[in-house]
Amino acid sequence: MIVADKKPIEEIIEMVKGYRKILILGCNECVTVCEAGGKKEVAVLASALRMYFMNEGTKIEMDEITLERQCDHEYLEEIRNSMDQYDAVVSLACGVGVQFMAEKYFGSPIYPGVNTCFMGVTEERGVWSERCQGCGQCILDRTAGICPISRCAKRLLNGPCGGSTKGKCEISKDLDCAWQIIIDRLKELDRLDDYEEIAPIKDWSTERAGGPRKVVREDVRQ
Amino acid sequence: MRLQYPSNINIIKLPCTGKIDLIHLLRSFEKGADGVYVVGCLEGACQFTSGNIRARKRVEQAQEILEKIGIGGERVRMFNLSSSEAPHFVQVAVEMTEKIRDMGPNPIKTAMQKAA
Repeated sequence: MIVADKKPIEEIIEMVKGYRKILILGCNECVTVCEAGGKKEVAVLASALRMYFMNEGTKIEMDEITLERQCDHEYLEEIRNSMDQYDAVVSLACGVGVQFMAEKYFGSPIYPGVNTCFMGVTEERGVWSERCQGCGQCILDRTAGICPISRCAKRLLNGPCGGSTKGKCEISKDLDCAWQIIIDRLKELDRLDDYEEIAPIKDWSTERAGGPRKVVREDVRQ
Repeated sequence: MRLQYPSNINIIKLPCTGKIDLIHLLRSFEKGADGVYVVGCLEGACQFTSGNIRARKRVEQAQEILEKIGIGGERVRMFNLSSSEAPHFVQVAVEMTEKIRDMGPNPIKTAMQKAA
């Protein structure tokens, strides 16, 4: 899932100051799971903003809606008929949802209510960590299902660097060395010979360095 | 024991403090409560293992938000005591009432009255 973190409320207050009617728009997908932008967080943010502005003596109206997703046309269409009544929207979706809202409702101010961080997993409640950088050319078949692109600080493709110590990365003692895990797993799978194979130079053109990306699939396109 | 505690306190009974969500605490203030305190079982004694620990974290989240929006984080607190500690319950009720009385009324309540 896409992992997001809560944005400090003071930042959001600064963004919406001056508007009279605001929509707080949540997303029922990834940001709900990582407890940053789901229905509960929408209610909390709306309540906090209402209290802040009431205390400031500013009359402000706030509506709360949580869509199934904010990254698909059909769900964003659900609010089309009510969009006119809002001076601004605070979207608690990931950056994708915020942008899709901004593209779809071009004349409405859309503000981000979360900080979008990465694609990752829930290690435990309250702990999320990165697992994929969307490099566009998956090599997990060669690395025993552990990604050195997202989990190695140097994104090395042929084993660990000299900074790997006791299974930990040199940038933090709390960070596992991805290559240590890869080797451990190759051993477990009895595939350690694969480690001897030199990985070819990776084609980075499919990664973000090649500019904004797009997937077009004619087989499913309508 | 028939102990007396301040009559301004409105008790909301829950099966476990773990039922409390952050929004419940915030809505209390939005509706004009001057202070809210959560009384849970002693830490380590939760029948549902971690309800009171979760409640504590939610109280801390509420404190942070209330502080940032100018209502005052000290208006919400968590206390842990067992059901056999009636004198402690009274002590907490008195302590919290005095604390909130010192802080004055919830500014939201005052703002709502002004706006009306």
